Amino acid sequence: MDWLVPVLIILGKSLLLIAALLIYVAYILYADRKIWAAVQLRRGPNVVGPWGLFQSFADMLKFVFKEPVIPDGANKGVFLLAPFVMSTLALAAWAVIPVADGWALADLNVGILYVFAVSSLGVYGVIMGGWASNSKYPFLSALRSAAQMVSYEVSIGFVIITVLLVAGSLNLSEIVRAQDTAAGALGWYWLWLFPMFVIFFISALAETNRPPFDLVEAESELVAGFMVEYSSVPYMMFMLGEYVAIVTMCALTTILFLGGWLSPIPFAPFTWVPGVIWFVLKMTMVFFMFAMVKAFVPRYRYDQLMRLGWKVFLPISLFMVVLVAGVLQILMAYGWR
Amino acid sequence: MSVATAFFYLFSGVMIASAFMVIAARNPVHSVLFLILAFVNAAGLFILLGAEFLAMILIVVYVGAVAVLFLFVVMMLDVDFAELKQGFLQYLPVGALIGVIVALELILVVGGFAPSPGAIAAPRAPAPADVSNTMAIGLVLYTKHVYFFQAAGFVLLTAMIGAIVLTLRHRPDVKRQDISEQNARTREQAVEIVKVPSRTGV
Repeated sequence: MDWLVPVLIILGKSLLLIAALLIYVAYILYADRKIWAAVQLRRGPNVVGPWGLFQSFADMLKFVFKEPVIPDGANKGVFLLAPFVMSTLALAAWAVIPVADGWALADLNVGILYVFAVSSLGVYGVIMGGWASNSKYPFLSALRSAAQMVSYEVSIGFVIITVLLVAGSLNLSEIVRAQDTAAGALGWYWLWLFPMFVIFFISALAETNRPPFDLVEAESELVAGFMVEYSSVPYMMFMLGEYVAIVTMCALTTILFLGGWLSPIPFAPFTWVPGVIWFVLKMTMVFFMFAMVKAFVPRYRYDQLMRLGWKVFLPISLFMVVLVAGVLQILMAYGWR
Repeated sequence: MSVATAFFYLFSGVMIASAFMVIAARNPVHSVLFLILAFVNAAGLFILLGAEFLAMILIVVYVGAVAVLFLFVVMMLDVDFAELKQGFLQYLPVGALIGVIVALELILVVGGFAPSPGAIAAPRAPAPADVSNTMAIGLVLYTKHVYFFQAAGFVLLTAMIGAIVLTLRHRPDVKRQDISEQNARTREQAVEIVKVPSRTGV
């Protein structure tokens, strides 16, 4: 029975992380709606609980008590599997994310590759859902989404490679530790790799199908994208998967460019603050930028989206990989690193 | 039984079952989905072996890219399954013959496998502690085997260019967007302000 205890500990840690993450996602959803409303001079959700703070939980209950409708011509198994694939994969990425020094469920040596791999699998939920609905709008939307996610993964991959080159490790905790310098916030990679930071941010928007790149949902053309036929709990799982993926991208931006759990000002009173608080603050700040982009950038046209991905971001990021590698090589040759 | 052993049986069991379902499933889309499940379980086995880099590459390349293309092609094809099943008995003998030949060859190769005596005799070098296997692969791939690596890259590049050349068609009859031309446009070129006296046209 010597294996029982570690298994129970892993289970307990995972449950704690999932619970914290789901509550965070509930409030991220609320914040998203509030920010969007504030930009448009509306009030946003303000009825359930003080300032509408319990809105997300009320929505969840509503979804759970509704009837799941399964279309007659749908491929039942795949139809019901798709939303769970999407939300499970989105949650799985959190297994390696270090929210504070040493606070990762699994401190994998190839952590960044794992996150990249799992987030690239998110496209399956979309394709399966779109295909199994047996309806033309979801299918068109699924094809669009797959093309979009595959295209932007390429530039995300190159951005990650530049960060890896500078940090010298594939381990997410090591990447954060490599940014721990006396310069504090100025030593993090957002400044040193600024073009890559911008490319990563925009590609993250496209990868998670956030506006202005939400061509997947484009109400005016595709009704509501690949989830037209979904209702009740399966629909909720799609939404959950989408928002968890967004939070994952915010966390990844924090780790790669904003110094993870490190304090922005590297001396006494600020370094006493626990790392997890800095991490959550930074993640929320990145999400605030996501929400602001949603509020005031108009939707891209599909061909413009593809042009941006392949003809602008790909050459720039490819060039930056070569440039950064060259600079590092020179620095090493002169012994400055 | 340790946790690792339990996971080994889980991954390999699911992998064999899903590999069987790839050929047994009636719907080709289901076949591809089972193939993906088999890939993911193979990645799990790699992780148990301690080859975490290979596992991640397997998922990124095969599951994240190759299988998506498979799925696209299979979803787009309009296959009539009843028609496909009709020729089944007719082709069964040929298929069975090929299957038996391949199985025999596999048995001959795998059954005849033995590690070379030198490999057993040579003392095993202990794995250095400070080199992760990602780094270890990089160290041999980009130094000792760099020419093969480059050659493989050229083969893939040639295949990619070939595919693009075969499918690229220039259509002169469609309107195209020229971004630089759009950006170079000034207000004077685009807007004309006309004062129209009332009750007359422009």
